Amino acid sequence: MRGSHDLGGLTAGPIDKEPHDMTFWEKQIDAMNTLLAQKGLRRTDENRRYVEMLSHDAYNTLTYYERWTAALARQMIDKGVLTQDEIDAKVAAIRERLGEDAG
Amino acid sequence: MVKAISLGDRVRVREDFPLGHIRTPLYVRGKEGVVTRVFGSFPNPEVLALGRDGLPKKTLYEVRFQQSELWPDYNGPETDTLLIDIYEHWLAKV
Amino acid sequence: MHDQDHDHGHHHDHDHDHHQDHDHVAVQPHPPAAKDEKIHSYHQVLGLALKELLIEKGVFTADEIRKAIEWRDSITPAMGAQIVARAWTDPAYKDRLLKNGTEAIKEFGHDMGALHLVVVENTPQVHNMIVCTLCSCYPRAILGLPPPWYKSREYRSRAVREPRKVLKEFGTVLPESVDVRVHDSTADMRYLVLPMRPKGTEKLSEDELAKLVTRDSMVGVSLPESPH
Repeated sequence: MRGSHDLGGLTAGPIDKEPHDMTFWEKQIDAMNTLLAQKGLRRTDENRRYVEMLSHDAYNTLTYYERWTAALARQMIDKGVLTQDEIDAKVAAIRERLGEDAG
Repeated sequence: MVKAISLGDRVRVREDFPLGHIRTPLYVRGKEGVVTRVFGSFPNPEVLALGRDGLPKKTLYEVRFQQSELWPDYNGPETDTLLIDIYEHWLAKV
Repeated sequence: MHDQDHDHGHHHDHDHDHHQDHDHVAVQPHPPAAKDEKIHSYHQVLGLALKELLIEKGVFTADEIRKAIEWRDSITPAMGAQIVARAWTDPAYKDRLLKNGTEAIKEFGHDMGALHLVVVENTPQVHNMIVCTLCSCYPRAILGLPPPWYKSREYRSRAVREPRKVLKEFGTVLPESVDVRVHDSTADMRYLVLPMRPKGTEKLSEDELAKLVTRDSMVGVSLPESPH
């Protein structure tokens, strides 16, 4: 019955205390979420619910801001702000721009 | 009518397992503690998480637990405690 | 190199002496699976896609993103340190801070928005430590963004269950005569630890005192620095 996010008391290894400067990408995700919250388009509790709804595997594989990203995509689709088709097309376009393979 | 929970009351956390956005972690469910602060009422995050207004508001309490009662293998003195903020609907007076 | 599209290690037979079909030995850590790298890469691009789409839809502008990043960068633990230093030198302020942290920090121009600040005081008897086991709640308004370790699985799991061991990992050893109080921020309250003022600092100015107050001491995993 444990949600992937409900970590209190679980066994875990040593804590990595390295500061790990935030990447520019992470700053953008954080900024996007801050803006959406300021504009009343993203509610903290709703965002948390979407993060918690990630599968166990997804929660444990994705990094902190990647989880926010996945949650935000889902929310935008559910709220009708974006469609999956639009997102897929934009992902493909960005990959092409960055010179990556489409697959 | 059930009397409201107040400062100093001994309370037990409900041992239920609803799905959805819950802010009461598993590790305190079914455990007993003491109310150390009464924070006032707030919209219910479980309902806010559904995109709704979170009303009616729920009173939020700080509850103190003895660490040795939370963890069977707790390695520390009996005076070590854990404090956590829990909404009224998760608590019952003991 | 074989394609690792399954969980690491579970399909390997490590009882055999020979490892011709492996390019590593069982005890060495596996390199990140190709699958994981693709997942991370996809999400990096997804993040950019969402940003671009939302700009195209007029939800926000690129300029607003830029300003939001700058705003975020402008909030640092120095703000929290200033509050602590004031509390150390001004007993009336300390009293206000402990009674109502949300209001007291407004005197420095800081706003918690919809959230509330609870300041918990370390004493010779009590040491406070803050965690958010469910996500990463943190007093961002006065400390900036939390460090990666605060958001980590390891800290979130272990801080509530073995706080003294976690403190030791941060180099903080407390005698059993000191009570360790862990606060799990699960709701709208955000917690700031008011560390004890280090000894030998009676002659320091408020600014000099603020320099001793580390971010980690305000989260409660370590103590403030001592004057040199």
